[in-house]
Amino acid sequence: MEKDQCSVPDENLNENSGSSRRDFLKKSTFLSAIALTPVSLVTAAEKEMDEKLAAVFEKVPLKLEINGVKHALSVEPRVTLLDLLREQLQLTGTKKGCDHGQCGACTVHVNGKRQNSCLTLAVMHDGKKVTTIEGLANGADLHPMQEAFIKHDGFQCGYCTPGQIMSAVACIREGHANSETEIREYMSGNICRCGAYPNIVNAITEVKNGGQKV
Amino acid sequence: MSLMEKQNFFDSKAVDGLDRVDGRLKVTGAARYSAEFPIPKLTYGVLVTSTVAGGKIQSIDAKKAEHAPGVLAVISHFNAPQIPGYSEGSNPAKGQTTKGQPLRVFSDDTIYFYGQPVALVVADTLERAQFAAGLVQAQYQKASFQTDFDTNVTAADFPSQAKNRNSNGDYLRGEADAYKNAPVKIEAEYVIPTEVHNPMELQSIIAVWDTADKVTVYDKTQSLKGAQGTIAQAFKIPVENVQVVATYVGGAFGNALRTWPHEIAAVMAAQKVGRPVKVVISREQMFTMVGYRPYTWQKVGLGATADGKLVGISHEAISQTSTYEEFTEGTVNVSKFLYACPNVNTRYKILPLNVSTPTWMRGPGEASGAFALDCAMDELAYQLNLDPIELRLRNHADTDPERNLPWSSKYLKECYQEAADRIGWFKRNPKPRSMKTEDGMLIGYGMGTGSFSAGRSAATASIQMSADGTYTIQCATTDIGPGTATAMVQIASDVLQVPVEKIKFQLGNSSFPKAPSQGGSSTVSTVGSAVTAVCISLKNKLGELAIGQGEAASVKPADLTFANGQISSKDQSIKIAYADVLKKHSLPNLEVTEESKSGEERRKYSFYSFSVHFVEVNVHPATGQVKVKRVVSCADAGKIINHKTAGSQVIGGAIGGIGMALMEEAVIDNRFGRYVNNNLADYHVPVHADIPAIDAVFIDKKDPYINPMGSKGVGEISLIGMAAAVANAVFHATGKRVRDLPITPDKLV
Ligand code: FES
Ligand code: FES
Repeated sequence: MEKDQCSVPDENLNENSGSSRRDFLKKSTFLSAIALTPVSLVTAAEKEMDEKLAAVFEKVPLKLEINGVKHALSVEPRVTLLDLLREQLQLTGTKKGCDHGQCGACTVHVNGKRQNSCLTLAVMHDGKKVTTIEGLANGADLHPMQEAFIKHDGFQCGYCTPGQIMSAVACIREGHANSETEIREYMSGNICRCGAYPNIVNAITEVKNGGQKV
Repeated sequence: MSLMEKQNFFDSKAVDGLDRVDGRLKVTGAARYSAEFPIPKLTYGVLVTSTVAGGKIQSIDAKKAEHAPGVLAVISHFNAPQIPGYSEGSNPAKGQTTKGQPLRVFSDDTIYFYGQPVALVVADTLERAQFAAGLVQAQYQKASFQTDFDTNVTAADFPSQAKNRNSNGDYLRGEADAYKNAPVKIEAEYVIPTEVHNPMELQSIIAVWDTADKVTVYDKTQSLKGAQGTIAQAFKIPVENVQVVATYVGGAFGNALRTWPHEIAAVMAAQKVGRPVKVVISREQMFTMVGYRPYTWQKVGLGATADGKLVGISHEAISQTSTYEEFTEGTVNVSKFLYACPNVNTRYKILPLNVSTPTWMRGPGEASGAFALDCAMDELAYQLNLDPIELRLRNHADTDPERNLPWSSKYLKECYQEAADRIGWFKRNPKPRSMKTEDGMLIGYGMGTGSFSAGRSAATASIQMSADGTYTIQCATTDIGPGTATAMVQIASDVLQVPVEKIKFQLGNSSFPKAPSQGGSSTVSTVGSAVTAVCISLKNKLGELAIGQGEAASVKPADLTFANGQISSKDQSIKIAYADVLKKHSLPNLEVTEESKSGEERRKYSFYSFSVHFVEVNVHPATGQVKVKRVVSCADAGKIINHKTAGSQVIGGAIGGIGMALMEEAVIDNRFGRYVNNNLADYHVPVHADIPAIDAVFIDKKDPYINPMGSKGVGEISLIGMAAAVANAVFHATGKRVRDLPITPDKLV
């Protein structure tokens, strides 16, 4: 197995040469009846070893600290931070509403700054600290923003809520919560289709005025 | 039922305004929506969609995709397993359509609309499925197609079901078109463009075949039993072999009332690949796969006497539908009952186009209809030189003019009064373009009325009481956002007289006792009645057990009082905590199930909720930018179970109405039959910066007949009438009457 070949994503091979190692192996399984293919290769294909091997070579190492827990991961470069959280790490509190950076449902903090996690690849954050909604509370004690959202009913269906809360916390930290107008402006990247906006603004205002550390 | 009559709902304010019982789960990210269940051996399905709006699929080249890493199957009509329910000619995935059939996914080569699913790629990771989906190449034999409403409008026709009647579904009271001969009249045409629900949660499903004929789906749905029945029918398996789970639903607004093709596709794919399949449709696909509010043209004619008494109302509507299925809704209904008028005629037609089938979207047809009617009322008020509220009061319907029945309750006049006072309606100068802010912005005030049927159907609930004094209630309803569980816990707490913390309400599972879809503003009314009934039944049972065989056996059940978790008899021979009743009889728990439904009262009264919306806008005189500055919405929704959550619902509806009035429009490029703004950057919905503080007010008076709580519905009326209020405010600000929504700046300069 030549190293440089394996480091090229397989799909490119498919595109360019019309057939790849794995393609060959797949077809080989169909040919196995007439025994033209070396047995070892056939066995490898049947056990989906080709897929497993390729999967290993297509991935890159990634170190992330998520909600205070260190992860040493191996991910494909094309995996977004959002899909890594939701599909591979079972951190489904972070939501997907558009996958295009247009709704804010996927907002997390990367090194303390808000970030649309659908709009960034996981591998771009090697060595960084990520906080998701699951990591905002201090054990059983909710974050003041979470408390305020409950008190002011800052949600209905709750689907935009994790993104709203992560954004709201960052909005205060950034110093962009000095008036209701300013809050509305700096929260406008977070869409709430249920229309909880006025309640969300009330929640943020209360936390801001409460002076607690966010 | 004697206990039921004794019930005095929510006279104590103790639990009103309760925080949502699932609030903590929602703010910590622990609430699980349908795509979020960890399922072993899960695979991912990505839909490939048509790039033509009409014709036939000639070929699908799936070779590259099939050989791409991790791909388990590429399913199209060329290789899709037969859906047994399809071939039988039955109608799976049935909505309330009058003719035609829902799109039968991957069943033949016909293309009805752009964006129609033509293949599903299943792979072991999401990225691999997405990549491979891009490799599928479909060739089409293109055919001509029509997506332009205006150029095809002459092809509009009555719905098939209406055609079976002599009237074609036309409604006539008194004389037709009487408005034409009235001393004062207006006649105007209004257009609502296609609007898309766009809940924040994408439509998602995970399908898991547990055995060869048993399937579990984690599905975004407003109708557990509907999805269960549809899937059972499609796959020809017993209903009880389908389990539908929808613990949390991330908004829906009507688009999860039906079971759509992507759901059938996921179940089919899971069967084919022998592994669980998750399908999450993309935001683009949300525009063509799960319905929308149909493009609708309306014409309203109003005639009145010089002193503002309505003489005639004529209301005509044409709505788009798909070519494969007829969708109809109650667009013209509001004109039949909202105002007292001797002569009313309505007509409703549909126009099939090469688009996907529409569906109910919050407020549904009534919201489209109320936009036209209440803008027309505003136009008439100006023509008469009469205050818009005064015009409405002069034509107030004291009884239901359509059905000739008394209202079960109606506090619409109180709504006008309360909301008008709050916004300072009578302090405004009613002359158009007469008011300005200090910095030169045009100020406008407008109002609109909303009304929607206050429904109640049948539902069943079960309750299990444990010896530790906790209660678990189950019902197969859902919560798309209004706070169903919270309201149900409050109702149960009130009936049982036990603290809310002791009660759990479980929903979102089709194996729970039966409930209808969560739609049409009827969940509190319907499910709340079942919860009431089951709690009363439990109390009766506890009472019987408390009386028992011993000394107290002479006590009559009617002499028992239930308060603070205790049963006591008048003569004080019985005084026992509920939980001790179980202990005394060595019962680990006590379980009761009850059904509840509406009855005779439905024939004696007309049940409606009412709302009034008042809006103040600022309009930039040069750019035409409209900014909503204040909103007051007042609702007569009967008794309010929870002012906090109901208030949020009213606020949310008002915001939906602002979107409808000022922003929302799905635009089709008729050359290709394709939506050009099918994403949240180009399809504008209100964001934080668009929305001011909103004052949500309730009359909060019990309806004496509708159900034991006296609660009507809030969901629809909070949106219905709002778009008219905004449009009327824009007219007051600018003097310009914009009759085609949305009112974008270009229409004002
Ligand atoms: S999912 Fe990331 S912004 Fe919408
Ligand atoms: S709470 Fe439903 S989208 Fe915001």
